[in-house]
Amino acid sequence: MKISIERATLLRAVAQAQSVVERRNTIPILANVLIEAEGDTVTFRATDLDIEVLDKAPAQVERAGGTTVSAVTLHEIVRKLPDGALVSLTEEAGTGRLTVAAGRSNFSLATLPKDDFPVMASSEYQSNFSAKAAVLRRLFDKSKFAISTEETRYYLNGVYMHVADSEDGRSLRCVATDGHRLARIDAPLPAGAEDLPGVIVPRKTVGELRKLLDEDDMDIAVSVSETKVRFATPDITLTSKVIDGTFPDYTRVIPQGNTRKLEVDASEFAKAVDRVATVSSERSRAVKLQLDEDRLVLSVNAPDSGAAEEELAVAYGDEQLEIGFNAKYLLEIASQVDRENAVFLFNSSGDPTLMREGTDTSAVYVVMPMRV
Amino acid sequence: MPALCRDCLTEFDTGRRCPSCGRPRVLEHDELWDLSIAHMDCDAFYASVEKRDNPDLADKPVIIGGGRRGVVSTACYVARIRGVRSAMPMFKALQVCPDAVVLKPRMSVYVEASRAIKSMMEELTPSIEPLSLDEAFLDLTGTRRLHGAPPAVMLARLVKRMKDELGLTGSIGLSHNKFLAKIASDLDKPRGFSIIGKAETEAFLRPKPVRLIWGVGAATQNQLDKAGIRTFEDLLRWEQRDLTARFGSMGERLWHLARGQDRRRVTRNAPMKSISNETTFFEDTADPDILDGHLWRMAEKVSDRAKAKGLAGRVVTLKLKRRDFKLITRRTSLPDPTQIADRIYRTVKPLFSQEIDQGPFRLIGCGLSDLCPEEDADRLPDLLDPQATKRADAERATDSLRARFGDSAIMKGRALR
Repeated sequence: MKISIERATLLRAVAQAQSVVERRNTIPILANVLIEAEGDTVTFRATDLDIEVLDKAPAQVERAGGTTVSAVTLHEIVRKLPDGALVSLTEEAGTGRLTVAAGRSNFSLATLPKDDFPVMASSEYQSNFSAKAAVLRRLFDKSKFAISTEETRYYLNGVYMHVADSEDGRSLRCVATDGHRLARIDAPLPAGAEDLPGVIVPRKTVGELRKLLDEDDMDIAVSVSETKVRFATPDITLTSKVIDGTFPDYTRVIPQGNTRKLEVDASEFAKAVDRVATVSSERSRAVKLQLDEDRLVLSVNAPDSGAAEEELAVAYGDEQLEIGFNAKYLLEIASQVDRENAVFLFNSSGDPTLMREGTDTSAVYVVMPMRV
Repeated sequence: MPALCRDCLTEFDTGRRCPSCGRPRVLEHDELWDLSIAHMDCDAFYASVEKRDNPDLADKPVIIGGGRRGVVSTACYVARIRGVRSAMPMFKALQVCPDAVVLKPRMSVYVEASRAIKSMMEELTPSIEPLSLDEAFLDLTGTRRLHGAPPAVMLARLVKRMKDELGLTGSIGLSHNKFLAKIASDLDKPRGFSIIGKAETEAFLRPKPVRLIWGVGAATQNQLDKAGIRTFEDLLRWEQRDLTARFGSMGERLWHLARGQDRRRVTRNAPMKSISNETTFFEDTADPDILDGHLWRMAEKVSDRAKAKGLAGRVVTLKLKRRDFKLITRRTSLPDPTQIADRIYRTVKPLFSQEIDQGPFRLIGCGLSDLCPEEDADRLPDLLDPQATKRADAERATDSLRARFGDSAIMKGRALR
């Protein structure tokens, strides 16, 4: 194999590859990226056996062929090369070395045979549809903060993507929860997605997917089966296993009868929460909200470190209420609000609270209060 | 030379017998009135408590320890003469002393006795460092004015009171630091009172084996052997630099200890870092039901102790020992610390389910760490498990019933497995 490729193109492909490979893996070849050249394209393939990313890039191919090298090392090298450089990758058959050359820099990297590289079995997808990058970005960006890290409830370690009936008809819906907060984000159902089986997209896949979604108008081809999900742009294909488990019935968790309504400027609210939480105890991060006629008092009382209080003008017309929350959870849901006021709907100080943006029900958040 | 009668506490000047009561239990030492760091060690504590509570046992060999597979936890002095040692496997102890009376430990009684001793010590000084139920360091520096008597007198009075009021005996080591006080208390057990003064420190240590040092076990001993160090005299020949180079921080400590120097202060115990409970089975078991029952009782015990101390923990640990003694530990963190048995059990259970195939097991244990005050715990209900709060409330109700009517007043069915 002998190819020449632009540094920027190579860097993008190798960056994605190195974030997929498993660094601590005991199977050496899983740390490598598979490079294959043919015609005028080079493909870069990396996998951790759960996720596979395939990146196609244009290159001058002098001699077709393929090999595998350490993704992390290659990424480090390319990253340090000067901008605008032309990089040549050469492997002479039988040497077991890949030469990386750019300008006066020359590297020789150990390779592993390309035939040993595990390629994810292709599968039949039940549902194939196309969605704009901006739509998918909103669905996942607004839900991923609620993904659980708890290993014992592994079925919460991802975003549940499925079809649901919402107020605006059938929707493509993403839900994530860790048992303390929940995010439910809806988008109009794309054509062809009607038969989508509900799947739990793992946290790492959500992170990798984000890198495909920077251009708003890009069409992303989505394919879903019971066991796998695939997202593809013309250049990059990301295939991932989904979490093998049943997502809990989240609909029971979303409160329907919360009537006490608070409307507040989300960014003012977030800043105030952040300020008073400065003195909260490291462990609980508890913040108390006291609601009275058009008045919200945020307070923290931590015996070890001190106390804080801040008052905000808000719209609130129901009876007085005192309720406590983990400051981090409040900040995270408040930061999801980007256009209108945040609307909180409370029941009692012991019941889940609902939050949405204005009157928009396509993004709904639930947060559990804590005892204060 | 200053002298003190340990029986009638008369202070006098030089003599083999007390001029007042005529008895021979006399302490004589140049530095008797000056030394103030002490180590108090009860004599065969558990066995002494048992003998006190049942005078029929007085002249019989008594061994405290648990079960067929257990080890000797304490042997009374009669049993010790026959060759029984603590930490000896029970079957071996019964070989050398077949007529021994073996008793299961009654921890609550020992804790009670220990508490009584501790409150007596607290009358002497606030600087007490308990090492276990039956031993503690005491720093009596600067208490002479307060008590109107030097530390030696107060310590002799302490053991006398322990004997008179609690029926328990202890031995005292009195010196100028913790290291030497601990060595001294062991010199003339039982009912001992030994003094190591500043003047004779080096001469006293020189011929002694280094394993006298607390913390020098078989492994360190082995390393020291290889360096040709057996006694303190050997140790004295080493430069500080060389010892540190060879043994690290331990080497530096050894250099100081060789000279009888120990600057550690007598302090109250460091705050508790973890709460755990474990049990070794009579027979190895892989039975999920039996193990599940144990797991619940462990969770309950850990929870009870956490509640008693007003603590909760964020990290839950499972410990399993396989038949081949291989230890398996698994841990998980909770988003919200807990002291509730139900939550501990529900957290440790999935960890256990992942390891069940590794059985049979000989030991199972459960622990709680990353501790915090209970005020910071169990404050965050679970959206997906709305019953959890009710179960926690039920557990607190159960706790208050038990507090009134005893531990067996109410229990979960799974505790009976």
